[in-house]
Amino acid sequence: MTDQVHQRAPRTPLLTGERIRSAIWQIALLAGVVWLAWSAIENAARNMQARGIPTNFDFWHRTAGFDINASLIPFSAANNTYGDAFYVGLLNTLLVGACGVVLATILGFLIGIARLSSNWMVGRLAGGYVEIVRNTPLLLQLLFWYNAVLTPLPGPRQSLELPGGVWLNNRGLFMPSPDFGAGAGWAGLAILAGIVGSIVLNRLSNRKRLATGKGFPVLFPALALIFLLPIAIFMAFGSPVTFEYPQLRGFNFAGGARIVPEFVALVLGLSLYTAAFIAEIVRAGILSVSRGQTEASSALGMPGGLTMRLIVIPQAMRVIIPPLTNQYLNLIKNSSLAVFIGYPDLVQVFAGTVLNQTGAAVQVIAITMAVYLVISLLTSAFMNWFNRRIALKER
Amino acid sequence: MKSFCTSMVTAVASLSFGVVAAYAQAPAPAAPTSKTLEQVKARGVLVCGSNTGLAGFGMPDDKGNWTGLDVEFCRAISAAIFNDPNKVRFVPLSAKDRFTALQSGEIDVLSRNGTWTISREADLGLLWAGVNYYDGQAFMVRKKLNINSALELSGASVCVQQGTTTETNLADFFRANNMKYEPAVYATSAEAVKQYDTGRCDAYTTDMSGLFSERLRLINSDEHVILPQVISKEPLGPAVRQGDDQWLNIVKWTHFAMLNAEELGITKANADERVKSTNPEIRRLLGSEGDFGKSMGLTSDWALRIIKHVGNYGESYNRNIGDGSRLKIPRGLNNLWNKGGLQYGPPVR
Repeated sequence: MTDQVHQRAPRTPLLTGERIRSAIWQIALLAGVVWLAWSAIENAARNMQARGIPTNFDFWHRTAGFDINASLIPFSAANNTYGDAFYVGLLNTLLVGACGVVLATILGFLIGIARLSSNWMVGRLAGGYVEIVRNTPLLLQLLFWYNAVLTPLPGPRQSLELPGGVWLNNRGLFMPSPDFGAGAGWAGLAILAGIVGSIVLNRLSNRKRLATGKGFPVLFPALALIFLLPIAIFMAFGSPVTFEYPQLRGFNFAGGARIVPEFVALVLGLSLYTAAFIAEIVRAGILSVSRGQTEASSALGMPGGLTMRLIVIPQAMRVIIPPLTNQYLNLIKNSSLAVFIGYPDLVQVFAGTVLNQTGAAVQVIAITMAVYLVISLLTSAFMNWFNRRIALKER
Repeated sequence: MKSFCTSMVTAVASLSFGVVAAYAQAPAPAAPTSKTLEQVKARGVLVCGSNTGLAGFGMPDDKGNWTGLDVEFCRAISAAIFNDPNKVRFVPLSAKDRFTALQSGEIDVLSRNGTWTISREADLGLLWAGVNYYDGQAFMVRKKLNINSALELSGASVCVQQGTTTETNLADFFRANNMKYEPAVYATSAEAVKQYDTGRCDAYTTDMSGLFSERLRLINSDEHVILPQVISKEPLGPAVRQGDDQWLNIVKWTHFAMLNAEELGITKANADERVKSTNPEIRRLLGSEGDFGKSMGLTSDWALRIIKHVGNYGESYNRNIGDGSRLKIPRGLNNLWNKGGLQYGPPVR
């Protein structure tokens, strides 16, 4: 082979210009990729048509004919379509994602800070947690929470009674649900107004402190705004809230609100798992802040908690946010493991039942992938915006 | 679409001549020869699509021998053709692959709890040769709930496998009876059964035969009862490709021969002796009179071969899924028509 190459007479390239040659190659490559994609799509469509597999989205408006046990919007087999089932699954996925992200963040920060604690016991406990949780598969942890902790709870007749009319059994957690009467809306508005007022108060206090070096107390006026005013309005309308308590009727509790065990297992499993990774990110972030900052802070007489909150964490955030975004994306994508414990998320309901009933596999999978892509990109965009906002401002 | 015309043209004529000679009043001058039958004879073995493993219906035992109601049906066809019930090669097929295997000619007959539906005949180009097991979706509950009817299940949690007709039948049943329920949906039937067993659900639903089979896998199978209501129609039976009528006849009449044998009291044990019976119906079935087997491309004692090697329908039922088995499924709809069931063999005449 090499001999042949050497024997061949040196040839002048057809197109001598470096730029033209590279452009031709790039266009050829692009054309090749486009042709490959087009022929794959065309081939799939032709084969699907030949086998009688639907290639359109007509199924979207057809009656679903199956039920879902956990839904944020009303859904029934008779009155709703496959399209509605998609929204049920999407909302359930978003709910799991939102609950999981919040819980994982709180837990992750606590464990991350605890791991750096000077208290030997607390530090080792946090370290042990991180090592155990990070080094076992998430699916096994989910199955553990579902099969070893939640479903072995006693049945409805032997339910555990918790304070406040709350019951726990292997069918879920049953709570009283509030029923709002006339006037309850005003109390709700008052709470909102109280929160807005407190924020404004805090801003004013900060501005005054920056200007004069001394702010005014915010905590008690804010508490009064948020709690006292709404309670007063609530009383004035004669306590217009009644509670519907869950009652054991027939097979199970009826009435009130219910959280299915599949949801609890999924949120618990996802947030405990992700919290371990977040803890390590937080630890790395805190360690990245120069020790001089802490020393300077204590030299000024700041207590430890305040130093952490006002000096260390804000500086650590710029190291924490980018990898934290990855963990949020992981958590949202991992929520599709719901399939294995029977929680009706997007993948279980839409890419599972709807796909099977309609046979529209390509469309359903394409939509599902697009949804995860959009959720991930939006989360990512939000976190990038947040990252820019908290970045160190050099003055 | 493959054409069977060529096979018709090259049909072996000698067989048809024999039929005409022996059976002069036959209106058709020549019986068409089955391409599938020719292939099976040439190959020396019947290729039968079977379940990958469903206790009582089609499952290999610890020695690798296939057993079950659907398996014995294939053995009966083999006995009718070869006078030997063991000239069968079983091809285990999943629910997803089963029809493709039959359409493509990989198997000669599919005997694997396939539900007979219009779409499978009209769209998939298959034909059902009959119903060897009338199944239907039902519920299993714990005995201690003291429930006798599926209509008492209002408010119950029901474990069900995802993406099957079972899931939609379940929704239809509760809707039709204006009852509430909570579906707990799992990706596999194994997971659904396990969650029912741990107490996540009050009831588990699937086809009746599946309930009897799955009940054996529960921790305490005695504590569970299968409710008598059947909420869907699932007629299960052997299927063949369209385009080979004679092969369809052979498969169809293998089933009917086993039914008629039970009705006439002919068993594996007494078959040889009943050949000498004076009862004309028995004589026609066992080939002492008439020559129907030859018209189908078989021998005149085809039915005798089936019964001698495999037995009648009732024997096969009892041995595999009835009282003689661990499943102990009552005959119910699968009893003979004159005993309150739906199994009815058209007359051999």
